[in-house]
Amino acid sequence: MYEFSRGPLVWIAFAILFVGSVYRIVSAIVLARKDKVVLPYMKWKFSLRSLFHWSLPFGSHNMRIRPAFTVLSFLFHGCLLLTPLLTLGHVALVRESWGISWWSLPDGLSTMMTILVIIVGVFFVLRRIADPTVRFVTSYLDFVLVILVLAPFVTGLMAYYQVGNYETVMIVHMWAGAIWLAMIPFTRIAHMLFFPLTRAYMGCEFGHVRSARDW
Amino acid sequence: MKETPESKVVDPGIDETSRRLTPEKIQRVVKHVLNKETASRLQVYLDTCVRCGLCAEACHTYLSRDKDPNFSPVGKVKATLWELVKRDGKVDGEFVRNMARIAFTECSVCRRCSMYCPFGIDIAYLLLTVRRICSLLGVVPLYLQDTTNSHAATQNQMWVQQDEWIDTLQWQEEESQFEIPSCRIPLEKEGADVMYSVIAPEPKILAQLLGNMAQIFAVAGENWTMPATDGWDNSNMAMYSGDFEIMGRVERLHWETAARLRVKKIVMGECGHAFRGAVYDGPRWLGWQFPPIPMVHAIEYYYDLLSSGRIKVREKYKEHVTIQDPCNTVRGRGLGDKLRYVVNALCENFTDVTPKQEHNYCCAAGGGVINCGPPWKRSRMVSNRVKAEQLAATGADIVITPCHNCHSGIEDIIGHYDLGMHVKFISEIMVEVMEVPEHLKG
Repeated sequence: MYEFSRGPLVWIAFAILFVGSVYRIVSAIVLARKDKVVLPYMKWKFSLRSLFHWSLPFGSHNMRIRPAFTVLSFLFHGCLLLTPLLTLGHVALVRESWGISWWSLPDGLSTMMTILVIIVGVFFVLRRIADPTVRFVTSYLDFVLVILVLAPFVTGLMAYYQVGNYETVMIVHMWAGAIWLAMIPFTRIAHMLFFPLTRAYMGCEFGHVRSARDW
Repeated sequence: MKETPESKVVDPGIDETSRRLTPEKIQRVVKHVLNKETASRLQVYLDTCVRCGLCAEACHTYLSRDKDPNFSPVGKVKATLWELVKRDGKVDGEFVRNMARIAFTECSVCRRCSMYCPFGIDIAYLLLTVRRICSLLGVVPLYLQDTTNSHAATQNQMWVQQDEWIDTLQWQEEESQFEIPSCRIPLEKEGADVMYSVIAPEPKILAQLLGNMAQIFAVAGENWTMPATDGWDNSNMAMYSGDFEIMGRVERLHWETAARLRVKKIVMGECGHAFRGAVYDGPRWLGWQFPPIPMVHAIEYYYDLLSSGRIKVREKYKEHVTIQDPCNTVRGRGLGDKLRYVVNALCENFTDVTPKQEHNYCCAAGGGVINCGPPWKRSRMVSNRVKAEQLAATGADIVITPCHNCHSGIEDIIGHYDLGMHVKFISEIMVEVMEVPEHLKG
């Protein structure tokens, strides 16, 4: 089980992530031709202008009127994406298998980033429950999604601190990570794939078509 | 059930029509719109929304109703489109009635929320899709449907007949000649530089605005004309009622009239939705990427006149003024700076609003909301308390509203919240303060 999880499982997960993502993005763009009013208006300048403002902390009005949420959200998303890529354990695994490696985070820092992801993730859950506006549009799936995203981080932390049976925790960690990766294209985590597309389109609708700002 | 400003509204356009629907018909129409008339945008928007609620702060309805989740942009989508998709269109007439109430009277498709969604989801488009479904089901607020019917029958929004149109122009020509004797409203002048088009409420109830414009054109020395035929009305309520077929017909005639007169550009009066219909929604429906002839909104035209010195100011307007940024020309055309240039050029004492420009609140009258008529007025007033508070904070006496919907909407808000202000179009101030050259004084 451990060997399967370490080897083929990761391959399968990445294959699903890659094929699924390409499928979702390409089909969105192909289907956009049926919309007729999307592709002819796309311009690099306005797409990038919008992406720039909305990828930069406090780059938009809405981010400035809720500074605490903005900081938490950027920390969450930044740590969520960077930690798995730069954790020493992951980099070491890749080096063992392929002989290539890259810079990795000091253990202390990656542990902190992991804890941060978990704390902000829990904050998001609490916000869903506490804020009536968000609760109104929340369904159980939204909680499942957060659990899906947090599971690899929680189990990773457990493995690092050797809580419980190490091998079992590692297997659960690898499965949690694999499921998370594979689910990206098929759940609302796909917002990660669509963010550049929807943002770029709105940037062009505001900037290119309407000569207005969208941030 | 808790009583709300809308809970007791009687509107046969949605009450009776929704009762007559069968589940089969509803499902057929929903599936048609979701499968045939929409594509990538709808699907990606529905899949991308992470239910974060960050759009809520953008909505005047939500803010004005003490942050009631039912009135947040995402809350409105949840109550309409999400349910339609989830239930595969298997909903009853009562659901459709609610859907119509939300989409037509509680959302003015002002697109402010698109600027607050981190993904730039066009929530107004989603609500317009709901309106489209309602329209195909024949469930549209009665007053709004009446304007669409008027567009269909007369090609203008207010049942104005051709003889009334010409007669009104001639009357206003005479009126303007009391001020400037050489004033003309040239009809059907082929090859003029400018075709001036207006919305039907001008000849119907605000005819003096036509006379004002005749004076402004005379002082500017403009080579202009107006059509004597249908096609003079640039307004388009069908765009908002969801009857896109009629919308297309109205816009096609408007552009074809300009083409027939071989004008270099269309200048249009102070109206926001008309600009949106003529420049964006109309051309797209007709399969044109951009309009075939340039269309210049009044704000931009006044800016050109004032900044080039074609119109000079004799003495600036003295009253304390503030402005309403019309969504469809500021968020929809980036004319916020030019609007402020014009107001500063004409007025001595101007206080800006907060938030302003693209971030200004909608008047809550646009997007066809005011056209839903008297039954919904109280609901509309309750839905825009933030506008009243925002205007009151400026301490101004006059609100300049370069848009007909804003004009009427803000007037209602001033009355409802007892703000003691007045609304004015730019042209009303311009004719008062502009310098009329000696040779025109006759």
